[in-house]
Amino acid sequence: MNPFQSVQRWPAAVPQLHDYLHATAARLPDKVALVCDGRRLTYAELEARSNALAHALVRRGVRRGDRVVVFADNTVQTVVSFWGVLKANAVTALVNSQVKTEKLAHLLEDCRPTALVTDARHTAIFAAAAARSPHLKSVIISGPRDAARTAGLPAVSDWDAALAAEPADAPPPRQNLDIDLASIVYSSGSTGDPKAIMLTHRNMLTAATSISTYLENTEDDVILDVLPLSLTYGLYQLITTVKVGARLVLERSFAYPAQVLQRMVEEGVTGLPGVPTMWAILTGMESLGGYDLSRLRYLTNAAAACPVKHLLRLHELLPHARIFSMYGQTECARGAYLPPEDLERKPGSIGIAPPNMEFWLVDENDRKLGPNQIGQLVIRSAMVMRGYWEKPEATAERLRPGPLPGETVLYTGDYGRLDDEGYLYFVSRMDDIIKSRGEKVSPKEVENALVDIPGVKEAAVIGIPDALLGQAVKAFLILEPGVTRSVKEVQLECGKRLEAFMVPREVEFVPDLPRTSGGKIKKSDLR
Amino acid sequence: MDIQQQVREFITRNFFVSDAAGLTDGASLLDLGVVDSTGVLEIIGFLEGTFGLAVEDDEIVPANLDSIERIAAYVERKRAAGASGAAPRT
Repeated sequence: MNPFQSVQRWPAAVPQLHDYLHATAARLPDKVALVCDGRRLTYAELEARSNALAHALVRRGVRRGDRVVVFADNTVQTVVSFWGVLKANAVTALVNSQVKTEKLAHLLEDCRPTALVTDARHTAIFAAAAARSPHLKSVIISGPRDAARTAGLPAVSDWDAALAAEPADAPPPRQNLDIDLASIVYSSGSTGDPKAIMLTHRNMLTAATSISTYLENTEDDVILDVLPLSLTYGLYQLITTVKVGARLVLERSFAYPAQVLQRMVEEGVTGLPGVPTMWAILTGMESLGGYDLSRLRYLTNAAAACPVKHLLRLHELLPHARIFSMYGQTECARGAYLPPEDLERKPGSIGIAPPNMEFWLVDENDRKLGPNQIGQLVIRSAMVMRGYWEKPEATAERLRPGPLPGETVLYTGDYGRLDDEGYLYFVSRMDDIIKSRGEKVSPKEVENALVDIPGVKEAAVIGIPDALLGQAVKAFLILEPGVTRSVKEVQLECGKRLEAFMVPREVEFVPDLPRTSGGKIKKSDLR
Repeated sequence: MDIQQQVREFITRNFFVSDAAGLTDGASLLDLGVVDSTGVLEIIGFLEGTFGLAVEDDEIVPANLDSIERIAAYVERKRAAGASGAAPRT
């Protein structure tokens, strides 16, 4: 890049994702933007703190296009970090706080961040991983820090002190264009090797505009988010909130449903995004009727298909709330949504393309299909990712030439079917990715962890139907001769290496596995 | 074995604790990343199965379940109140 053009002379002509925050902070400075961890932050405070963090990052050597990994739960600091990293002309990589040391080390090696922003609660995980990352120039830690355990890390600073030392009235000068990267988002791939999805400012601006349009979000909305910000479904709650000047009530998880419902009543929540597991828990709660949820305007389901019966039951329990059944993948944020008025008319459908997107289905010879034929879903939109980070082959498989010269469209790897009115029905994945609790689980990644356990000779992992989780992870294991292992031992060993949602819920020890003539494990026979 | 010990044993046997030194009786299980939303359901299953309690929806809150000592105190309170009426199962 030309060093003489390192600062944008006309920043207003270069739309960036964090302009949403800047504009809303100017319009509604004193409005509470974020309710989290018992704290209430106004838009002016969010703007000022993210400006200060941006300066702190630049002072610590973060340059245009550098990656900054944010390894934390849904906290105030994570929200400030997301905007602050963008303002530093850098790329955010929000990593799920459930990730264990080995995987975190692998992710740090993969995206080579200049800075790590994290939380002292996770010291046991990040300290060893960060110590092995030669590209890190600094680590900023919030919360009471254990100086002894972080002593070996490069340029460690405390969050509060780092921000207090910086100007907060304006961000560093704008250097990025709207075609530069805003975020990379890690996702499980079918090879078991996590891949990072690259999203530009323009990708994310387009998605936020589309989503907030069909959900009809306004500044009167109060959106409750229990989904991790490390997933795009969770992250877009923050972005659309800030875009329209609404309020985000951010919770760390849905572990305590009664507490979440209480918070919904107290804060007058109008929008609740969720995954099928949440709806299964909510519709099973006898006390649900005791909470005043009259302000709830809409619910959204995504991340995995929700059984129609749960959606209809929700509609019965909360008749005033509109229910949006949605489909998406991180590669394009959203792919389809079912308008709430069609819920009963089109049961099981994931609907139509959101604004500023179109899709079609193709057969294996790339010929477009008509209604009632099953084929791969292809998506065309400015929401479609830039590609997978440093994985040109995986990128070429998904991003293929589109109708206009030089453009690419997304081959989703999902099979679908259109009805006579053009409504989309999800059929299956082309690979064998498992969707458990709304999170993607790569069977390969779990199998790799299983064969790492001493005494395990071979492993095969499949998804089995589960009323609560959507799919549960089931492992079939062949042990070395003479070895005995209990199910619990296997699960605990997996817990050392894998996020909790990847740990097999069922484990079956078998003498052998069904195989194809080529010797490959035939998973279809395990189901 | 007292209730607190039984709870500790269940937690360490069933969940991966990455920061064993940090798992004090008063430590937040959510903060430590020991349990998540399905983990809470497992704890409830353990309490219902081991102590014969009926855990009500609105009792599933951090004040009752987010540390070893809170869980033990919750079990004591439930038993004292005799809320379930069921005999403890072991």
